[in-house]
Amino acid sequence: MSKPAIVSNSSGPDTGVILRTENITKVFPGTVALDQVNYNIYQGKINVLVGENGAGKSTLMKILVGNEQCTKGRVILEGEEIRVRSPEDALRHGIGIIYQELDLCPNMSIAENIFLAREVVRRGIIDKKTQQQRTRELIQRLEHKIDPNTLVSDLRIGAQQIVTIAKALSQDTRILVMDEPTSALSTNEVKVLFRVIYELKSHGITIVYISHKLDEVLQIGDCITVLRDGRLVAEEVVKNVDLHWVIEKMIGRKLETLFTRKRHKIGKVLLRVEDITLPRVGGGYVVNHASFELHKGEILGIFGMKGAGRSEMLECLVGANPRATGKILLKGQDIGGNTTLKRIQAGLVLVPEDRQRDGLVLTLSVAHNMILASLKKYLNRFRLFLVRKKEEKAVNTLIKELSIRVADPRNLVVSLSGGNQQKVVVAKGLLTSPKVLMLDEPTRGIDVGAKHEVFEIMESLAAQGYGILFVSSELKEILAMSDRILVMSKGTITGEFTREEATDAKLINASVVGNGLSNEDKQ
Amino acid sequence: MSEGKATKTKQLQYITKTDILQLILRGRVFLALIIVVTVFALVSPGFLKIANIIIMSKHVAIFAILGIGMTFVILSAGIDLSVGSIAGLSAMIAGGLINEGIQLPQFGVIIYPNIWMVIIITLLVGILMGAINGVVITRFKVAPFIATLGMLYIARGFAGLRNNGYTFSNLIGKPEFGNTGFEQLGASNFLGVDYSIWIMLVFALVAYFVTTRLPFGRHVYAVGGNRRAAALSGVRTNRTETIVYMISGFCSAMVGLIIASQLVAAHPATGTAFELTAIAAVVLGGTSLMGGRGSIGGTIIGAFVIGVLSDGLVILGFSTFLQNIIKGIVIVAAVVIDQIQISMQERIALQRQELK
Repeated sequence: MSKPAIVSNSSGPDTGVILRTENITKVFPGTVALDQVNYNIYQGKINVLVGENGAGKSTLMKILVGNEQCTKGRVILEGEEIRVRSPEDALRHGIGIIYQELDLCPNMSIAENIFLAREVVRRGIIDKKTQQQRTRELIQRLEHKIDPNTLVSDLRIGAQQIVTIAKALSQDTRILVMDEPTSALSTNEVKVLFRVIYELKSHGITIVYISHKLDEVLQIGDCITVLRDGRLVAEEVVKNVDLHWVIEKMIGRKLETLFTRKRHKIGKVLLRVEDITLPRVGGGYVVNHASFELHKGEILGIFGMKGAGRSEMLECLVGANPRATGKILLKGQDIGGNTTLKRIQAGLVLVPEDRQRDGLVLTLSVAHNMILASLKKYLNRFRLFLVRKKEEKAVNTLIKELSIRVADPRNLVVSLSGGNQQKVVVAKGLLTSPKVLMLDEPTRGIDVGAKHEVFEIMESLAAQGYGILFVSSELKEILAMSDRILVMSKGTITGEFTREEATDAKLINASVVGNGLSNEDKQ
Repeated sequence: MSEGKATKTKQLQYITKTDILQLILRGRVFLALIIVVTVFALVSPGFLKIANIIIMSKHVAIFAILGIGMTFVILSAGIDLSVGSIAGLSAMIAGGLINEGIQLPQFGVIIYPNIWMVIIITLLVGILMGAINGVVITRFKVAPFIATLGMLYIARGFAGLRNNGYTFSNLIGKPEFGNTGFEQLGASNFLGVDYSIWIMLVFALVAYFVTTRLPFGRHVYAVGGNRRAAALSGVRTNRTETIVYMISGFCSAMVGLIIASQLVAAHPATGTAFELTAIAAVVLGGTSLMGGRGSIGGTIIGAFVIGVLSDGLVILGFSTFLQNIIKGIVIVAAVVIDQIQISMQERIALQRQELK
């Protein structure tokens, strides 16, 4: 699996490559974010880049625009190797980026923003007239009429987007990277933006377009590149592909042999969730009246695209969000009003998606992380201080049970590989003696062997009578592991399938309800 | 750890070299202390006499006790700028209780609590001030720097108000009121070692035990290292943070009592700028201002480095100005070395990963 993916170039784009990366590798403590990526950007084209969260898109772009340095590999611009050490370096080479979060100063005018740090100066004084004139020209070129003296805070998001593009253009950008440019735009504003992008393309500017919205990507792109788990898995001309191809490349995994479950008995209802609701700031719902049941010994898969509200729902269940409402009945007892601590004690435990952000205390050792949620168990007779022997016994048992590879449990948890870090988080959950274990993307960013082990652990826990909620974006995993599958889209449960009913197509169709395939129900 | 055999020899060499360096860097504070003591002992022959060591330890005790409270706060990724002011207020409260008692005009009585009561009331005031810090920080989401900066002014203001800016002097109490003996705290000793040093040792041992063996201690590290992960693990983060400031307030009050007793007087400016020395001791002891990393032992050694350095420089006749410059350099250098060690650790971790 460590070989770079085969790139189909047979019907490749007809123009040349303006920028390519050679074996770019980026290692962060605990994870390999990019693994020998050979990425091509084609001159004068709209190059779309897709991949799941954590696939490495942002890291790759950060390296190109100088916000991160690669661990290994080269960047080649028009046949010559360049070293991009900072965003200024990138600009000098004509590479500009527009970030998801607009990087404008809201307290300053459009002209001031565009010429920030590159002010037009005459005799030491800022030449406002020239700045305004040039700003006006830039904005006109983008088919807009906005007074250059307007404060950025007075502009709507769509107009702010135009300003950032103008800013990039003012710097003689030849390659413009757009990271999720439409995430905050209305349908109309998206249309305007697309016109602007076509306009830029006609002026010979190369665009790199990153988005999660696959319909957009297929509409606007010339060539498409797919990243998965830090590897480049496919490169194609957009004409030749369809939505299903993209989804398959993004999440599909040639791992049919990954795991086959043994059947076992499913018991009584363990957890009943009624009307879990989390309102979104500014209207709508993050989680929209979700209700379901989980049985003893059952693995209930929850599938959906990124942003479907799966993780948020689990967070509501564990009590991490005070604005959530709804009923949670664990073995018939309502635990909805309780604190996180009480819910954990009642037997509900979450293994969060982002283990480094939410699951682990990176400054602590493996052992201390594992026992963090269950400290009360290791107190002495007077329930006052921790008994090291009891701690060690628990830690060693779990290390053996989950076969966590660690030289010494006193080592810092960052020193472990991603898969082993994940197992530490699972171990922390298990040590609280839960009844229901919620695993949010437990296999994200860990290698195949470790994935297999995580599945084995899930299997054996289910056989022991735990109820398991299993969130994943990987279709194959969900299909292989679940007894029953819920599909979420836009905060709503849009489908429920038994293991026998579920197929790729059914799950994907349910997961894009009101989301990906059509534009109608977008506001 | 199952790297290929081909790279093994090369790697072993590398690790032994860096391991030695790591060891030196980890034990750097202790090393610094040994160097400082050795240098002064060589230059000034009287330096290692028991009497001198006890005098120095008395000075160190003040900052070590403040540092112990501060360590809890900084481990939780906070900061407490109000310790010096709380010490000053505590001194004034204790002084007032001894000299003026608790006046209840509506009943026409003045209650003079005995010395034990004075100490307990003062410590409770310290804990209360810390609790206010904690509540402002956790409930009202005020940054610890701002909340405790406010408390720095407020507590100092109350310290001045207590006696209109005047000192409570001659705090020996009166036998007829049954409140004598306050000066014992600062002047007497047990087995030839002053009470303040014993207090420092007891506080240090208890704090060490709390940080390493009590669930609360683990919670402090977890909150400082990753608040979200701690909360999702069921740690009551607000409560933990509040208690941390209460501990700091308690330690500050203790210091106020010790100083007032040593001087047999309570001055409203007691403890001015002590917060900075306390923070310096904690940072010098290897505790990260980012939280989650550090130890009580480090803080004690850090306090000794600062204390020995100041006293030694005085003995050698350095001017105050030079002393300040040297102390400043030592503090910054300590953090620079801290950063070097962290980036080195990361590099080693990365290299090990790549070898896999």
